[in-house]
Amino acid sequence: MRKITYREALREALREEMRRDPSVFLLGEDIGRYWGGAFKVTDGLAEEFGDERVRDTPISENAIIGVAVGAAITGMRPVAEIMFGDLAALAMDQIANQAAKIRYMFGGQAKAPLVVRTPFGAGVNIASHHSQSLEAWFMHVPGLHVAVPSTPYDAKGLLKAAIRGNNPVVFCEHKLLYPVEGEVPEGEYTIPFGVADVKREGEDVTVVATLYMVHKALKAAEKMADEGISVEVVDPRTLAPLDKKTIIGSVKKTGRLVVVSEDCKTAGVTAEIAAIAAEEAIDYLDAPIKRVAEPDTPIPFSPPLEQYVIPDEKAIIKAIKEVL
Amino acid sequence: MHTADLPKEKLVEMYRLMLKIRLFEEKVFELYAQNLVPGTIHLYTGQEAVAVGVCSTLRKDDYITSTHRGHGHCIAKGADIKRVMAEILGKKTGYCKGKGGSMHIADFSIGMLGATAVVGAGIPIAVGAGLSVRLRKTDQVVACFFGDGASNQGTFHESINMAAVWRLPVIFVCENNLYAMGTRQSVVMAIENISDRAAAYGIPGVTVDGNDVLAVYEATFAAVERARKGGGPTLIECKTYRHRGHSRVDPAKYRPKEEVAAWLARDPVKRLKEKLLQSNVVAENMLEQIEKMVSAEIEEALKYALESPYPAPEEALEDVYV
Repeated sequence: MRKITYREALREALREEMRRDPSVFLLGEDIGRYWGGAFKVTDGLAEEFGDERVRDTPISENAIIGVAVGAAITGMRPVAEIMFGDLAALAMDQIANQAAKIRYMFGGQAKAPLVVRTPFGAGVNIASHHSQSLEAWFMHVPGLHVAVPSTPYDAKGLLKAAIRGNNPVVFCEHKLLYPVEGEVPEGEYTIPFGVADVKREGEDVTVVATLYMVHKALKAAEKMADEGISVEVVDPRTLAPLDKKTIIGSVKKTGRLVVVSEDCKTAGVTAEIAAIAAEEAIDYLDAPIKRVAEPDTPIPFSPPLEQYVIPDEKAIIKAIKEVL
Repeated sequence: MHTADLPKEKLVEMYRLMLKIRLFEEKVFELYAQNLVPGTIHLYTGQEAVAVGVCSTLRKDDYITSTHRGHGHCIAKGADIKRVMAEILGKKTGYCKGKGGSMHIADFSIGMLGATAVVGAGIPIAVGAGLSVRLRKTDQVVACFFGDGASNQGTFHESINMAAVWRLPVIFVCENNLYAMGTRQSVVMAIENISDRAAAYGIPGVTVDGNDVLAVYEATFAAVERARKGGGPTLIECKTYRHRGHSRVDPAKYRPKEEVAAWLARDPVKRLKEKLLQSNVVAENMLEQIEKMVSAEIEEALKYALESPYPAPEEALEDVYV
């Protein structure tokens, strides 16, 4: 199968959906013909679809999402880009109070089919305002769907499904994943929300991981295999809806659970998944659940500081060994 | 269009709508006093000329966005007051099946895109509807209602700038009732006319007497016409005054008595009535007839709302997702 990057997979999803459906359009800062997106995801799309449908906006995050909401409730399918996930804080009212609640508050009269694409994640030394992983904020808001693709294949299939779906989606990308290559078929496909993917099958311990952490978990699993330990890596792919069934099923099989996420540990992604496992599968657990997450600090700048707080392969291996 | 050229039927219809809002709101106030309204209410009494003046220039397929003080906007755009009343009382037959209440009424079938209770949050949504109109290549327009308080939110700046640079068909209607909750405009703004801010975005801005429905109509008519032809947005500031407090708990003691008296003397409903009578557009008995009919409609709405069932508790779990 052909290999393309995560960035190309996302671009291909946008291109295909824009060709298929004239109501799909893009808006965001520097996504147009002059820059092509800060991470080049939209590069070349303005040339094909024009400036009206690939719309450069002022630096006004809250209005970008508000405009997407207004367009979505009147028949369009906007895909808004927030240049860095941290900046979603500026748009939180429109995401959490408007997009997420418009359907509910108005008794089901409206739907808001919009996608907010934004990159999270640390590792490129850009400090506290450009490096956070805030997926859990959005998981906490009923009415939102949250996607966390870890591979080019998942990125393309989930983005196409997000655009076609009728709920607002916060589509979390990871900036270290953009250049990562993976197999993506030429043909048409979508990936339904709420369906986890077992990225590696195993018998001894379940590792649930998202986004870039999936790759670290897979490397850790590889090393553990050398030691004769069989690790199953489950990638939920979407945090809302969350495929509890696959996670619980894996825990029931292995009896041991490590949850890995790059966001802060307290009230984060790992906390929710661990709580679900404790609530629904505690009788199957042979060891306490272990969480590997960011240690509740802002993301620091200096490389040794930053590397210290990002969960790494070593921490995952340590956690796996602790539950064995 | 100059309002002198308005047909008699249109003027009478505006009067009927303003009266409908007035009597509806007074009825809601009465119900609240009897403890029949859960939560809070923000009455539109005193500002009727704004909603009616603006919405009378719109087509059914044009859009509006509204605020926590939104009953008047709904009624002026043509909402069914039975369902508005039912929503205010938290009934299943309300516009939002009891999920929204007084601050969140919407009727998408008439282009009423809903009331948001986050001050200023409806402004970018209106711009998004305007962008949607552009991309779908229709000739609809969007009227965006918000208050003086909202004009100090970042959304006001972000949204009007976007609408201006993209020349979107949005009419920004600032209902300046001089107080953001209890805070007088002069405490939070160094300018007197909010429409002055339009210059900063390169769009026309006008201030009109928001208690004169014909002045509001005329200014909006011009703005709508320009917007439909691709001429872009306008900021219309309507100076007006709420007759009651901010919300149900507010006796509005922060407003000087003389100021209240002066504005009550400029009651927009009374003013239109006098104008209609003075210019011999209608006979007094016709207006009395209208009042009777409107009162009956409101009683009917109330009966409908009171007799409607509450939603089943477990309906709280519905409509979160499509």
